[in-house]
Amino acid sequence: MVRLKQFSEDERSHLLKLPCPVFETTPFVPPITPEQARIAVVSTAGLHRRADRPFAVGEAGYRLIPADVDHDDLIMSHVSTNFDRTGFQLDLNMVLPLDRLKEMEGESQIGSLAAYHYSFMGATDPRQMEDEARTLAALLKYDQVDAVLLVPV
Amino acid sequence: MTIRPPRALWVSFPLGRPLGNPNDSAFQREVISHALDLLRRPSGPVLEDFARDCSEQQAAPAVPACPIDFSTRPEKISDMEQLLANFDAEFNSFYTWYSMAREQNGRTAVGVSALSFDQLISLYRDFLMDREDSMLLAADGLADRLRLGAEDLKSCYFEALSAQPGQPTDAASLADWFWGKTLAAAVINEVRKKCLRLNTKEMDLAGKLLLVPRSQMHRFK
Repeated sequence: MVRLKQFSEDERSHLLKLPCPVFETTPFVPPITPEQARIAVVSTAGLHRRADRPFAVGEAGYRLIPADVDHDDLIMSHVSTNFDRTGFQLDLNMVLPLDRLKEMEGESQIGSLAAYHYSFMGATDPRQMEDEARTLAALLKYDQVDAVLLVPV
Repeated sequence: MTIRPPRALWVSFPLGRPLGNPNDSAFQREVISHALDLLRRPSGPVLEDFARDCSEQQAAPAVPACPIDFSTRPEKISDMEQLLANFDAEFNSFYTWYSMAREQNGRTAVGVSALSFDQLISLYRDFLMDREDSMLLAADGLADRLRLGAEDLKSCYFEALSAQPGQPTDAASLADWFWGKTLAAAVINEVRKKCLRLNTKEMDLAGKLLLVPRSQMHRFK
């Protein structure tokens, strides 16, 4: 996210009022080697395939994105109008870097790319997403994913 | 808090552009590689800063040299019919570039509203002209349709601009151009104002938060 000093006063004040959770200091999972890891992407950009349903206000669910998705099949129905969408319009990899990860897979910089990737819609309170996130974690395990690249917008 | 934190890489890029530079695979690879390298760290917390800014933060953004002159946009548009007629003409000018962009890029971000552009323009016209017998206004989910329609309209304009040579690609210039220079933005603002006047929960939310970005509201006050 861009530096606070680059926002307008209104925007800066809004962001500074957002709750900031305190975590334990232990990393979420034990360390792993990227070159041996199967990687999935989870975006919060409100992305989905055209045939899928658009995100609604307050929705906590996710949409499924296959690794071989056609770029023209992905659209963005995130409810917030406050973030730039032109990056996504110019280059899908700006929010869902599947092409970059495929290149890295080809050069053995990651072990493999997962078969499925996922998008949430980040305007919803993350606490409401817990049930969906637990379901998703089980699906990721089933796909033998070792690590997830979380790409917020 | 029952979960423990992921390893995190902080980037300075504008909101909505977490990989930094469009169509710059080397830069995007650098961001991803740095993030994935954090997986090797044995202990936390891991919250690291990515050292580089993206290109638009390194140089002053160019002013869009749009070949279509919108400098005649009036400060105050009191006649809604006139605004809608002018918007219709503006849209036609952009649509021809949009269709070219779609062909060149092999993709489009347009489609979230599931409305054709003719339906979308009619939806806004009927809404703003209080045509209560309009079929487009009848079904449930009108506030959502108005919002998603605005997203499709913006996608159309930005993709149209991207097909024209020499146009900027940075987020700030593109947002300032759309909200400051186009009649489409003026129409979306009129939709926003009417949503607020209707005073229902869904319309109020759309009017307050979902149609015009906070960073651009100063243009309409």
